[in-house]
Amino acid sequence: MLDFSILTENLDMYLVGFKNTIMSSLIALVASLILGVLVAIMRIAPLKPLNWLGTAYVEIIRNIPLLIITFFFFLGLKLSGIYAGTLALTIYTSSFIAEAIRAGILSVPKGQMEAARSSGLTYGQAMRLVILPQAVKIVIPPLGNQFINLVKNSSILAVVAGLDLMYHGDLISSRTFIVFDVYIFVAAFYLILTIPLSLGVGYLEKRLAKSN
Amino acid sequence: MLKKKKWLQLSLLSVLAVILLAGCGGDKVSNNGKESGSKDKDKDVLTQVKDKDKIVFGVKNDTRLFGLKNPSTGEVEGFDIDIAKALAAEILGDEKKVEFKEVTSKTRMALLNNGDIDAIVATMTITDDRKKEVDFTDVYFDAGQSLLVKKGSDIKGIDSLKGKKVLAVKGSTSAINIREKAPDAQVLEFENYSEAFAALKSGQGDALTTDDSILYGMADEDPNYELVGGTFTDEPYGIAVKKGNENFVAELNKALKSLKDSGKYDEIHDKWIKH
Repeated sequence: MLDFSILTENLDMYLVGFKNTIMSSLIALVASLILGVLVAIMRIAPLKPLNWLGTAYVEIIRNIPLLIITFFFFLGLKLSGIYAGTLALTIYTSSFIAEAIRAGILSVPKGQMEAARSSGLTYGQAMRLVILPQAVKIVIPPLGNQFINLVKNSSILAVVAGLDLMYHGDLISSRTFIVFDVYIFVAAFYLILTIPLSLGVGYLEKRLAKSN
Repeated sequence: MLKKKKWLQLSLLSVLAVILLAGCGGDKVSNNGKESGSKDKDKDVLTQVKDKDKIVFGVKNDTRLFGLKNPSTGEVEGFDIDIAKALAAEILGDEKKVEFKEVTSKTRMALLNNGDIDAIVATMTITDDRKKEVDFTDVYFDAGQSLLVKKGSDIKGIDSLKGKKVLAVKGSTSAINIREKAPDAQVLEFENYSEAFAALKSGQGDALTTDDSILYGMADEDPNYELVGGTFTDEPYGIAVKKGNENFVAELNKALKSLKDSGKYDEIHDKWIKH
């Protein structure tokens, strides 16, 4: 059976890591959402150079392994592990979020925009009042997926000594020579973060569907 | 009401999932134990080695002078590699009867206990803690922990590490030692030596600590770095085999002794270690 003494004896290490994982994930979550929305706007704005810029950003960032982006900030820009990891996580996730949001907006039928514009709304008003409220419902599930991925991807910090949950898991496992049990507890800590996130997204999805 | 029930179901389900996962973990561990236990009874590692007529050694691939992958040949080269080949020549009669699997300080114990490798020859220090998990042969190399810093650094030795960032490698004895010997230093641990050295070069830390033998390899590679303060621990390297294989340990010890007697050991030593 699972050896719970590993958890109790190394609880302080697990908790330090857990705290840093929460902090890093939370910051990356908020920042990547903001960045993602901005990039999505760039991609659909009625202005070609902005479109190109947005497309270039998304296509470059999401097609590079997260590890390389992290090393770029860590070894290239010489940020400390926890900053480099969080920043890389933000940028990486923002490209996926931008795509999810863009897809959501584009999936609102074209007629909606045309109808709104012909009834006298400006492009901005039509976006804000007609398109976005409809897009939000479509975007919630894929956004939820991205956030769950973000929490799990935060384990990238371990590679650059980012002091996160995975890093401390590595340390405990290398001190105790126990592999399986140590990482089972690491996984449990990740579940504490991801399962509420999962349930929260599901709940939000249902609420919004009801408001239809 | 209905909604509440659903929530309850969901949370119950997730708790169940965790328990199931945990249960799995426990089972798997004990299963492994049993399996390898029964395997041990009818076939110990030495017999397995003789049966397949080949020894599988776990070696480093990122440690200059000991085990470093040569990018042009794709082969790992170094002191550990040559020792492993010489041991195979002693035990199986041909130095080609070896297979090398690349390990890190972090993965080597697990791979050995899983049976993926027959022995570890990977700059592994013999410690009492590790002796509880694996069996060691006699010492085949004597190293000591030291510090690598950029030339001109104000770090002169173990005593001047207060408030400094020291880089080490996960799963190495040096990471544990440095916390005891320099409790005021901040220790950051990386996956392997190449990453730790890259981090040192990019200014992520003030010093890198591990065995002097490995540090000399790094200083060879980049002359802007030097060792300071001499050694502050003894790190006797041993070859590790899975616990309970005394006959394989004895065989390896016999082979090591005959390498030392024949002068082959000195030949390999002088080929790689020049300081």
